[in-house]
Amino acid sequence: MTRTTTELHTLTGAYAVHALQPDEEAAFERHLGDCAACSVEVAELRATAARVGLALAEQPSPRMRAEVLHRIGEVRQEPPPRQQPPSDAPGTDTPRGLRRRAARTWPTFALAACLAVAAGFGGVAVWQYQRAEQAQESGQSAQNRAARLAEVLSAPDARTVPAKDLPGGGSGTVVVSRDQDRAAFVASRLPRAPEGKTYQLWYADHGTMRSAGLMDASSDDAWLLEGPLGRASGMGITVEPSGGSTKPTSEPVVLVNFPAQQA
Amino acid sequence: MKEPVRISSRAEAQSEPDALLTQAAKGDQDAFAELYDRVAGPVLGLVRSVLRDPSQSEEVTQEVLVEVWRLATHFNPDKGSAMTWIMTLAHRRAVDRARSAQAASDREERAARLDRTPDYDHVVEQVEARLEREQVRRCLRTLTEIQRQSVTLAYYKGLTYREVAELLAQPLGTVKTRLRDGLIRLRDCLGVGA
Repeated sequence: MTRTTTELHTLTGAYAVHALQPDEEAAFERHLGDCAACSVEVAELRATAARVGLALAEQPSPRMRAEVLHRIGEVRQEPPPRQQPPSDAPGTDTPRGLRRRAARTWPTFALAACLAVAAGFGGVAVWQYQRAEQAQESGQSAQNRAARLAEVLSAPDARTVPAKDLPGGGSGTVVVSRDQDRAAFVASRLPRAPEGKTYQLWYADHGTMRSAGLMDASSDDAWLLEGPLGRASGMGITVEPSGGSTKPTSEPVVLVNFPAQQA
Repeated sequence: MKEPVRISSRAEAQSEPDALLTQAAKGDQDAFAELYDRVAGPVLGLVRSVLRDPSQSEEVTQEVLVEVWRLATHFNPDKGSAMTWIMTLAHRRAVDRARSAQAASDREERAARLDRTPDYDHVVEQVEARLEREQVRRCLRTLTEIQRQSVTLAYYKGLTYREVAELLAQPLGTVKTRLRDGLIRLRDCLGVGA
């Protein structure tokens, strides 16, 4: 197979609407097993397609209703799928996708695989380049930050923790690397902070919140937490006045515990 | 343009099929009958959009709805709505049928299928459906021409992206990308979550 994983990632749209050929579909499903972000995107695009499909509603005949309701009386329902741990419960896959166990877990390398190293060694470079482009005006420091971020996301010991229920229904993932002594936050569809406000990142450090920088550039979707991880047990995000605060002044919109340190 | 379109009662309207399907998973046929009334119209419309043939569409729609009953235990509301789950299944089955028929049928018939746009005359003039349709139309208009055609040919007609590329005389990579960014733009316009 010569197709790179980066190319595969762009297939989320075609996959969501069943527009792939069987061989491509199988290859993409294998990729989904390693790419949690792709799974999220597929779910969203399927929900979008379903909305687009609702616009086509037609009036079925009463005869069909009677027939279907009669038939279900004669069809045995499948037993529930085997219980998964709550954190990686089975999704709304179509039955065809039900065999795809791996896609539902958050493997350690999920984000790294998706964002950075998926395309082989070239992936990190390309992605860093794009980030550096985005943050052109900040010059060298942005590039360094992007490089550090890529290192965290692709660190072999990186652990991920989902951050659910972000404001506006977005979702995010915290990536922690003890080896790199760093953490990063990756968000999907985080709404812009209110006028005159900014999101601020914090390390939860033994009962106190230590500032880990501002989430300023709204075009970004991944942020490196400033400062070392140290002995922080978690991270949080609050909405603060522009420029940030020295201590949180509002209830956190995100509060996540880091995975326990491995012995 | 970027502001999501919403109907005030949407949250309630969508949570209902979720609860009904969850109930149906426990063998509750009354809940399934209620669910049927909510989803049979959209399923039929989508299947017919792909297959065109009325009797074949009805047959596939029935199969899909019986399958919803059979597989109800596999639905997990944490990962998406019942409506999405059912519409995804419906689209899959319609596309499978179209492609197996396609392998057997001549190109001429295929061309006829491609020729028609979704037939709104058959659409139920029910308030909810009408609002939904207006929103979708409005959002489809925010797409570029190639995005819009890629999305509608793939989703409404059930074509593979290779077929779409051939039809639009566009490179494969272009169609692949337009399909994705077109859907992303629709997602944002319709204010859809997973």
